[in-house]
Amino acid sequence: MEDLTPQDRIRNFAIIAHIDHGKSTLADRILELTGAVSEREMREQLLDSMELERERGITIKAQAVRVRWKGYQLNLIDTPGHVDFTYEVSRSLQACEGALLVVDAAQGIQAQTLANAYLALEGNLEIVPVVNKIDLPQADPDRAAAELAELLGETPDRVLRISAKTGQGVEDVLDAIVERIPPPSGDPDAPARALVFDSSYDQYRGVVAFVRVADGSFETREPLRAMATGTELVAEELGVMSPAREPVDRLGAGEVGYVVTGLKDVSRLRVGDTLTSRRRPASEPLPGYRDVKPMVFAGIFPTDSDEYPALRDALERLKLNDASLTYEPETSQALGFGFRCGFLGLLHMEIVRERLEREFDLDLLITAPTVAYRATKRDGTVVEVHNPIELPREVERVEEPYVKASIIVPKDYVGAVMELANERRGSFDHLEYLSEGRVLLSYELPLAEIVVDFYDQLKSRTRGYASFDYELAGFKPGDLTRVDVLVAGEQVDALSLIVHRDAAYERGRQLVERLREEIPRQLFDVPVQAAIGSRVIARETVKAKRKDVLAKCYGGDITRKRKLLERQKRGKKRMKQVGGVEVPQEAFLAVLNLDAERKR
Amino acid sequence: MSGSGAVRHLYVHLPFCAHRCGYCDFVTVVGRRDEHASYVDALLAELALERELLAEQVETVFLGGGTPTFTEPRALVRLLEALPEAEEVTVEANPETVTPELARRLVGLGVTRVSLGVQSFQRRLLSVLQRRAAPADVRRAVDALRAAGIANLSLDLLYGVPGQSEADLDADLEEAIALAPEHLSCYELEAKPGTRFAHAHGAELARQAERMEGYFERVVETLVAAGYRWYETANFCRAPALAEGRDLRARHNLGYWLGHDYLGLGVGAVSTIAGTRRRNLPSLVGYVRALAAGEPPPRALEPLDDRTRRRELLLLGLRLDEPVRLVDVGDALDRDALDRMESLGLVELLASGRGEALRLTRRGRFLGGAVTAELLAALEEPVGVRVAS
Repeated sequence: MEDLTPQDRIRNFAIIAHIDHGKSTLADRILELTGAVSEREMREQLLDSMELERERGITIKAQAVRVRWKGYQLNLIDTPGHVDFTYEVSRSLQACEGALLVVDAAQGIQAQTLANAYLALEGNLEIVPVVNKIDLPQADPDRAAAELAELLGETPDRVLRISAKTGQGVEDVLDAIVERIPPPSGDPDAPARALVFDSSYDQYRGVVAFVRVADGSFETREPLRAMATGTELVAEELGVMSPAREPVDRLGAGEVGYVVTGLKDVSRLRVGDTLTSRRRPASEPLPGYRDVKPMVFAGIFPTDSDEYPALRDALERLKLNDASLTYEPETSQALGFGFRCGFLGLLHMEIVRERLEREFDLDLLITAPTVAYRATKRDGTVVEVHNPIELPREVERVEEPYVKASIIVPKDYVGAVMELANERRGSFDHLEYLSEGRVLLSYELPLAEIVVDFYDQLKSRTRGYASFDYELAGFKPGDLTRVDVLVAGEQVDALSLIVHRDAAYERGRQLVERLREEIPRQLFDVPVQAAIGSRVIARETVKAKRKDVLAKCYGGDITRKRKLLERQKRGKKRMKQVGGVEVPQEAFLAVLNLDAERKR
Repeated sequence: MSGSGAVRHLYVHLPFCAHRCGYCDFVTVVGRRDEHASYVDALLAELALERELLAEQVETVFLGGGTPTFTEPRALVRLLEALPEAEEVTVEANPETVTPELARRLVGLGVTRVSLGVQSFQRRLLSVLQRRAAPADVRRAVDALRAAGIANLSLDLLYGVPGQSEADLDADLEEAIALAPEHLSCYELEAKPGTRFAHAHGAELARQAERMEGYFERVVETLVAAGYRWYETANFCRAPALAEGRDLRARHNLGYWLGHDYLGLGVGAVSTIAGTRRRNLPSLVGYVRALAAGEPPPRALEPLDDRTRRRELLLLGLRLDEPVRLVDVGDALDRDALDRMESLGLVELLASGRGEALRLTRRGRFLGGAVTAELLAALEEPVGVRVAS
């Protein structure tokens, strides 16, 4: 059996950076320099393995790659780069002792850089600041380095200046990893414990978990237990990614690698769990990863009800790779059988939707996103509301989640940002100059106000210059009310929403107007109403058709007319019945898109 | 003169026109006057081949087009002479083609009824429709037909023409009524997607759609007030009380609507005989060539099983003002839909001499297409079972 690498020869690190600041390019260059892949094998941005990630230019799943540098084993743990994945970043960081904080020399610190840097600092990681893209004509490495040094309380000369694209300075980065980042400090003789920080599902081999061994060591064929779920399994194969999958006999303390579990049931090994050996089990799991709770919820329904089982299977599969996705069955009279899904944020929801549609080839209807509300009933009991229709009529108090938002903009756009934040019920916290001309604005905002199109609006009002990040800041009571929509007197469950009382009339009016346009005229008048409780706040009528005839019908036309009428009859089967009204799904879709399209 | 079969309705298609109107979607052929004679030869050859299907006494003959009266006169005369006699012989005509001489000749050849393609009395609208007749041609044609002794005259009107105001519609109806026709057919203009007409006027029609929604109702109200019976969705005849008791409904067309068999001759013509519907293909050349060789023309066949016949009886019967007997349509009717339509006041059930019957209410008739689509039993599932949602 080959010897394990001693811990003092191991460095585990992550790269954290704002989108497009060059994280993936730097990772590629490191793989090349360390000989992990030859240039010929080099696929561009190797770590972003999912098609979707490549297209969106963002990284969704963390993965780990082992390289060798001057006798050291370096484990590069990739981190997701978007606001919705703060928790995943934190998990990845917990498997590391240090992180490269990469900033674009032209753009400087962005909101996300800040957020992730704070996460890394909270985790006591050693941070190696790096200014990238110094080869660009518009680069201002001095300014970027000064901002980084200020942020980290370092001296500017400790900030590395590189071009991942040309390779300039990347060797220094590798040396700095060895020199500045501390080695792991687990107990090699203690009962084995490993943290599951990511996993994927392989069609042939089942669940493959990515782990960081904290203490002890694991061997192939070793019987294991997942401490949180109690699932028992066998390490069918241990290995490392370098970057191809490479089996090893053992994974020792401080090492990062994968475990092929053979588990077929995706719910049995949860990301965040601690693996231990059944031969000599540890008594305590590793300090838990933070329990992340989805804050944004939406109903997902198959367009074709026959696809319900396929949707369920697809969600089950996604859930394996995505600890933060939740789902539970939901039945809507308007949309049929589906699932109420919980997401970290809007982008997370978009990614899940796209993966469902692209990888699983499903046609979906998605309801307007809502956030988690806390309602206190008259009797004092508190319910968490993930779907507006669940909001009890009689409530003492409703609380909604707030976020602390950081927005960085050139100073000329401060007014535009303040205006937007005010429109969205934001309360100003503070303002500071990061450098001459660049300002950090802090606001507290209801999450509900940003899940819709806040980011789009922010981008468009600042000509794309704003960067934005947020973290959850707890629940606060609000003057919130539920608006219901009724078609022919019957409530359309999928269209209920919870809004601030000041916005209720306007939103109700928009909804019924849009529905009136979308509901085809029937053989009778159809009232469309928005109501708070039993009080109607907006009303429109879809007027009955006055005529619907086939003008001519003679000997030569009969077959055609018959087929026409039969088609008309069949067409009705695709419609949903609400209050005896046939409403095409497109109508719901259009109304649900109202939110996405809402522009001010 | 006729055969030993059972078919009592004969349709003859004369496809020729002086030009093609933009909105037309019939099988028509422009010009080609030198081909009229050979086409009539082919018609007569087809008649000879099919003669045995006709009953001894044919009830109705209908010459439709195209513009039958545009057909070269000698060829038209030859055709009329060869057709079986019938109680009702209708010829379609365009006003500008009707001369006193033609009118006398038609009557002399046994024509009892003329259907005049007026469409509108407004010069502006006629030009939109690319019709050639001038408003004065209509009056001249009516005078000529009356003078020749035509005692059953029908006028075709179109409404919903791009640019047509309510006042235009009223004027058209008023002028038509003033000519005291026995019968009127009023159609809403359809701009078939993909036609030149739809291309030119589709956007305007879409803009006007809401305003024109009431035109159909206005047509019916005006004609009923003037003493006409709204006996079919788009057809009106002078009420019996005002017609010395004569039933002035178009007997030939009534044959279609009551599900009778009919024989159609000519290019593109359709026949329905003993459970088979067949359609001559629309190629003039192919039609003439086959019959010149003594062969039947190229045709498409569609078998009609009893269930389909019942479905057709329902959809056709609901166009009429007389009730449809439930026993005749049986499983073609969606009983749940019947209840719903009845509760909406769109259909009424009547106890008739031989069991129950249904017909559309006045409002139901304006919505006849949608109501019929509801009432037709769905084909994919057993009758009476609804798929739970």
